[in-house]
Amino acid sequence: MNNIIVFCETDNGKLCDVSLELLTKGRALAETLKCDLEALLIGHNVENLANELYSYGAKTVHLADDPQLEFFRTLPYAAITISLFKEEKPQIALFGATSVGRDLAPRVSSALHSGLTADCTSLEIGDHQDNKGNKWDNLLYQIRPAFGGNIIATIVNPEHRPQMATVREGVMRKEALATPVDGSIKRIDTSKVLMDTDFAVSIIERHIKEKKIDIKGAQIVVAGGYGVGSKENFKLIFDLAKVLGAEVGASRAAVDAGFTDHERQIGQTGVTVRPKLFISVGISGQIQHTAGMDQSSMIISINNDPNAPIHQIADYSIIGDLNEVLPKMIASYKKHSK
Amino acid sequence: MKEFIMNKKLKIVVLAKQVPDTRHVGKDAMTPEGTVNRAALPAIFNPEDMNALEQALRIKDKTQAEVILLTMGPGRAADIIREGLFRGADGGVLLTDRKFAGADTLATSYALSQAVKKINPDIILAGRQAIDGDTAQVGPQVAEKLNIPQVTYAEEILDIQEDKLTIKRRLERGIEVVSSPMPLLITVHATAAPCRPRHAKQVMKYKSARTASENAIPEASYFLPLEGNEHLKIAEWGVQEIGGDENGFGMAGSPTKVKKVENIVFQAKEAKKLTASDSDIDSLIVELISNHTIG
Repeated sequence: MNNIIVFCETDNGKLCDVSLELLTKGRALAETLKCDLEALLIGHNVENLANELYSYGAKTVHLADDPQLEFFRTLPYAAITISLFKEEKPQIALFGATSVGRDLAPRVSSALHSGLTADCTSLEIGDHQDNKGNKWDNLLYQIRPAFGGNIIATIVNPEHRPQMATVREGVMRKEALATPVDGSIKRIDTSKVLMDTDFAVSIIERHIKEKKIDIKGAQIVVAGGYGVGSKENFKLIFDLAKVLGAEVGASRAAVDAGFTDHERQIGQTGVTVRPKLFISVGISGQIQHTAGMDQSSMIISINNDPNAPIHQIADYSIIGDLNEVLPKMIASYKKHSK
Repeated sequence: MKEFIMNKKLKIVVLAKQVPDTRHVGKDAMTPEGTVNRAALPAIFNPEDMNALEQALRIKDKTQAEVILLTMGPGRAADIIREGLFRGADGGVLLTDRKFAGADTLATSYALSQAVKKINPDIILAGRQAIDGDTAQVGPQVAEKLNIPQVTYAEEILDIQEDKLTIKRRLERGIEVVSSPMPLLITVHATAAPCRPRHAKQVMKYKSARTASENAIPEASYFLPLEGNEHLKIAEWGVQEIGGDENGFGMAGSPTKVKKVENIVFQAKEAKKLTASDSDIDSLIVELISNHTIG
């Protein structure tokens, strides 16, 4: 009771990254609140995914498995979620800000009259006092940009439960536990929850492409250049990207040198990106490359050449060896992130 | 579910919002005190609501449906109802009341759903989300309050049969085609067809359209009188007109509260030089975490 429930989305029989990221965050929140982390898994033939959910810290996996639930449809998924939340009374419920989560979560929040904050970029636990002097402990701070990204707002739901939030993929990091928790499955009897009217909308066709590398949609990009030196060294770029929940990019010189795939090339002959944060590693900063990234909101350049042109467009320049800087950044991030 | 009769005229409500144009934020968008300077931002018809209006007008082209715009906001939001009339809508309702102030998405959805009940349409169309909040919550919440199906992320209404619609949805990595009975609520994605421009005949017909409040200002005497020109009346509804639980509206009906608002400070583009030392890298990471650049 009063635990944290993460709605876990699947895609082609696999758990979506965003759900694993939410479980990682949910685990940290549960630790602060001294409650349990639980997962809600809806689909067909998805029971085998429970083990992966345990390795992300879910103590209980609420499972609704039914052939009619193979693909997401609002009404049956909402009916199951609403019924579960009424029974379990979670204090916090998290959803991916995907086309599924952004369709489902508001429907659920309306039915339960609980507040919902969309596209949070940060979730924290803290206290709150309103202007009448009422005080609450341990509320979920739902932090999100608003007004076209010009302000950052912290939202709380003092009086209604669950406190609901959606988070986009790639915003939070995902990290499995070294030892999975000893979890168990709790089956939801769908025949008791679903009614014929829940299947009013039918899916006639679906054409969904396989997931590909999506540098354009990434909020954070870590890109490496020729200065990275070797394919082995390039693994460091992937390591940093992984802990930050970032996508990996590369300059043309790095792609030509065979350090990584062409799909990751940024610049005039590659893709153009405008992430919130661009970390440039071992890239000199030729105009052909910077044309594809200079609109990034924030740029950090890491290069041991103090005269590299990349430093001129950077907000932060680190003059140093990437083999030293990147591991330090990873260690520092792991230490300070909540 | 309501019985749909073939030869009955369909009624469509388009939910629209007047929003500050956050896509073109200039230097004066923030006051020196750091608050949002709304006056410096033009108020526009929310872009995806415009896509929704086009889908409604296409159904009207095929079936002679009646298209009614519904918006909630201050008096000046009547501008977007006029904009809709100029492009082919048949009528509009402005929901305005001090009691609606401070509403979050849930309280907004409650007010809208009460007004929709009063209009009793077969189809409700809305933009997927508004550019001032990007929440995409109001559509699904209105559908839930009306206890009707929702189809989100619609790109095109492919077909309209006797009792159901066939709709193409645009998802992250592909499309889905669904069919749904009426009544239903559809939210329209930005990839849908753009809205048709104003039509000269409609502009001539509706240029004097106004709400009762707008009619009360002295300058209104220059326009055609509202008496005897029913089509020029933009309905103005408040809590009184739509009924419902008074505690469900505005601040009182909003479970979410804004605890704090911080402005993003745009710094001059001058690089901070750092070294590879532990302390330099640590302070950079701490700064990035605290300003939410990394989560």
